[in-house]
Amino acid sequence: MSQDIGVLIFSEDPNLTVEMLGKGREIADKLQTGLAVLIIGSNVRQNAAEFVKHGADKVYTAESPELERFTPEPYLETLYKLVLDLKPEMVLVGSTRNGKPVAARLAMRLKAGCVPDCISLALDEQKRLVGERITYGGNAIARITFKTKPQIATVPSRALEKPAPDDRHGQILRLDAEKSPSLVQIVSEKPLGTSSVRVEEAEAIVSCGRGLEKKEDLKLLDAVSKILCGQVGCSRPLSEDRKWFSEWIGLSGHKVRPKLYIACGISGVIQHVAGIRDAKIVVAINRDPEAPIFEVADYSVVGDLYEILPALKEALQKLLQQ
Amino acid sequence: MKIVVCLKQAVDVSQLKVDAATRQLMTASAPKKMSDFDKNALEEAVRIKEKNPGTEICTLTATAEDAKTVIREALAIGADKAYVVNDAIFKDLDTSGVAEVLTKALDKIEDVNLILCGETSLDSFSGLVGPRLAELRNIPLITSTRKLSVEGDSITAERTLEEAYQTVQAKLPVLVAVTREINQPRIPSLMMIMRASKKEIVNWTLTDLVLEKAKLASRIELLEVQAPKTERKKIKITGETPQEIAEKLAKALIQEGVVGR
Repeated sequence: MSQDIGVLIFSEDPNLTVEMLGKGREIADKLQTGLAVLIIGSNVRQNAAEFVKHGADKVYTAESPELERFTPEPYLETLYKLVLDLKPEMVLVGSTRNGKPVAARLAMRLKAGCVPDCISLALDEQKRLVGERITYGGNAIARITFKTKPQIATVPSRALEKPAPDDRHGQILRLDAEKSPSLVQIVSEKPLGTSSVRVEEAEAIVSCGRGLEKKEDLKLLDAVSKILCGQVGCSRPLSEDRKWFSEWIGLSGHKVRPKLYIACGISGVIQHVAGIRDAKIVVAINRDPEAPIFEVADYSVVGDLYEILPALKEALQKLLQQ
Repeated sequence: MKIVVCLKQAVDVSQLKVDAATRQLMTASAPKKMSDFDKNALEEAVRIKEKNPGTEICTLTATAEDAKTVIREALAIGADKAYVVNDAIFKDLDTSGVAEVLTKALDKIEDVNLILCGETSLDSFSGLVGPRLAELRNIPLITSTRKLSVEGDSITAERTLEEAYQTVQAKLPVLVAVTREINQPRIPSLMMIMRASKKEIVNWTLTDLVLEKAKLASRIELLEVQAPKTERKKIKITGETPQEIAEKLAKALIQEGVVGR
């Protein structure tokens, strides 16, 4: 069975691939075309069946021991060759630190357009891909479409809804991995602090900004986050200027989507707000009644976090025990 | 060694105003400044020069408007020479067109060993120009860079990935895109500003570059730019004591179903 592939998905992150498969399937159905996934790496074939279950008609696997780690040139070359071969309408690439530059280079090589970091994807009446992305430091959402093909979009983690698996059939096909020499040599890797990774997974985040005076005072946030089974986060100044955290929440840092976000002593500059726009409920605690964070909060407390947080801990403890 | 720092004059997003009724951005009236990330790239170039005497730092800017203030600031921070390609048609360029202009300008500057740029720009936040430019020039690309050092014809960089710091090496010429963590840019002293006024600014227009207009055609179409709707409840919680406030807040959060099971 030969079927045109209209939508091609690539990411080195299997979770992100699955997230893109939901929207990819929806678009492929509307275009009455096939949906394919490219996997590159070493021992990655095991994910192929999972991708079929989540919507792929075809999964191309390019495996080689040298491709265990993301090396841009062979990855780009493999993706490029497959795009030339399949001529898809669109290519969706996971917007990771490694993936996004590959998408940009693919676009340049193909003289194509690229819309990065799409938080939503749709088709317009002319069946062109339309991506929405955050721009102007979180001040705006831009809707962008394409004038050329293939239409290349990158999609960050957790932007698209994960589809439910289904009992579907698809083809799993081997592809030769390109062996282009790598222009950049990887010397070593060391893991980041673990807290920064977990903050994106957290259901509740208690976050602090400049209003927190000393690093020891983080225990006030810890106490509340523990009751909520959540994580502690921070705005950029505490990471960049004071170095209390290795990562921060905001447009240029982590974009989070917890059920509950409690901003303590955070003024609420637009870049920070862009990082929490997908939080379900935002609580702001700040001494300054004029703080912009109150404009984007569901519950506002004008007050001293040093008084409110301990009281909140007590109140939550009491009410949750009942 | 010759370093070229790509500088963008960007909308100062912190001073951008939004028309509350239409949710349109008032970009035309917004002040402009050097894109923050590019300033980090420039600072890094100056630090490399401090360790490698004889290094020449040039800035390169493609712009549709006057960018003199930004260029003067760059020269004050420590660039030796500035190249500006100014053409009114640049206002419609997408990242592909910008990369095409920059690569032609780099050809003209000649013998560039290291190209530095910001990971992304302050206003459009695309982060595509650096990778596109590296691809056009067929040189190694290092993005998300938080540390950088140059020894001879080799460059070592530390990158921030999602779950790891990665150290990489490449041979010059290389294009490096830096993050804001890499350094704290210096604020130029009055002396540096005075000295900068004697430095050379080379002004080019599109006709000075050998570039077919077709390469400048935008591959994308901006349909709409609008401030997001804020759909927050904006409920003020007040009380006589912190305990009273905290209790009201805790009850509200339990009611919302975002606390407990």
